[in-house]
Amino acid sequence: MNKFTALYRSSVGKKIIMSLSGLFLCTFLIVHASVNLFLFKGAEAYNTASHFMSSNIIIRLVEVVLFVGLLAHMISGVVVWIQNRMTRPVGYQMYRLKDNTKLSSRTPMLTTSASLVAFFLVSHLLTFWIPTRFGADPKLPYDMVADAFSQSSMAVFYIVAVAFLGFHLKHGFQSGFQTLGLSTNRYKWLIDSVAVIFWLIIPLVFASMPAYFLWFQ
Amino acid sequence: MDFKLKIWRQKNRNDKGQFVDYEVKAVSPDASFLEMLDILNDTLVKKGEEPIAFDHDCREGICGSCGMVIDGRSHGPGRGIATCELRMRVFRDSDTIVAEPWRTKAFPILKDLIVDRTALDRIMAAGGYISSKTGGVPEANSIPVPKHDAEESMDAAACIGCGACVAACPNSSAMLFVAAKVSQFALLPQGKIERKERVLRMVEQMDKEGFGNCSNNYACEAECPKKISVTHIARLNREFIRAELT
Repeated sequence: MNKFTALYRSSVGKKIIMSLSGLFLCTFLIVHASVNLFLFKGAEAYNTASHFMSSNIIIRLVEVVLFVGLLAHMISGVVVWIQNRMTRPVGYQMYRLKDNTKLSSRTPMLTTSASLVAFFLVSHLLTFWIPTRFGADPKLPYDMVADAFSQSSMAVFYIVAVAFLGFHLKHGFQSGFQTLGLSTNRYKWLIDSVAVIFWLIIPLVFASMPAYFLWFQ
Repeated sequence: MDFKLKIWRQKNRNDKGQFVDYEVKAVSPDASFLEMLDILNDTLVKKGEEPIAFDHDCREGICGSCGMVIDGRSHGPGRGIATCELRMRVFRDSDTIVAEPWRTKAFPILKDLIVDRTALDRIMAAGGYISSKTGGVPEANSIPVPKHDAEESMDAAACIGCGACVAACPNSSAMLFVAAKVSQFALLPQGKIERKERVLRMVEQMDKEGFGNCSNNYACEAECPKKISVTHIARLNREFIRAELT
């Protein structure tokens, strides 16, 4: 335990926790996006997939790890952000950060995307996860999705939120590997290539569902 | 060339400090930024005013003494140069130039554009050394070093400890500096003896000094006068994980 608290107190340690939890959350996105694709196969396929995800014991156990990972990521993120804000009590008169950094890597962008994704997550869990898991809504999963995304405000909110998720991952994915010390000259190209799956393809898959129900159904 | 300048003036550590406007005329386009300040200081001294205090020594980009934020950039516009290597020709005639000191809690301002960078020295004292017996110079080839490692170590050792990375970082993180110092030793056989303790102690000291957490936005690499690569930060992280796990 002492070793863990020492690790957490250290700046590099906190970042390691952030990167491990963040990269774990990335693997979850693959599973989530793949299951969502059953929506395009029709109501029956999606309802079966959804039932499997909510009843399989392994999935349920991983879900607990997922929540722990999410909490660890959020707490570390907030602590790092607060600590970093305190390091420069007097700011610069002129500070041209945009000459040196990518938009997605700048702190205001990261905090905005993180806050929006966190807000989205709460709303998302309330709309879909709680009714499905705890049976508060007798509707079948497919109908629930179809109903939700038939409201244009909801569909647009989801598309915007996943766009921000993509933005968050544009920085986060490569940052995770850098913090774990894996981003070497030899593997940087590979990390940057795989990153495209996370910041572009997965958000596009997620966005395709509200777009499909809103415009094509 | 003529310039308008907005320069941070601060009497001492406890003074609040403020920007003061100056004008400097007939500066050669080939003058360095520091030479331009010398010219300005001459006129201030002639007028009986206190000259602007700034750090400088070698004036050829190898000592790491000079450094200030010029127009929002560490060491001013341009890549891979220290303030002494910045030439006035990169500005346009009659431009207004803003010059202020490195701003971070870990580098208290001593006077005008001079900051106290001893925090970096204390990080070095915590682990930036190797065990070596004093005495005669050993035979250079008695410890073979692979060419690639020697090159990479030398790239890291190019760090002049100016603090531009800290100044440029939105989090005032000293990770690029510490990474360069950890890397230059970690890559060489002579550095292996204190390998574990070094990274842990230097990171611990870095945190104690009040530098921020690295958020991998790489502003440091872009502003480093010696173009130290952030791959050294990845190596520091690797060394840290290795030291923690083994």
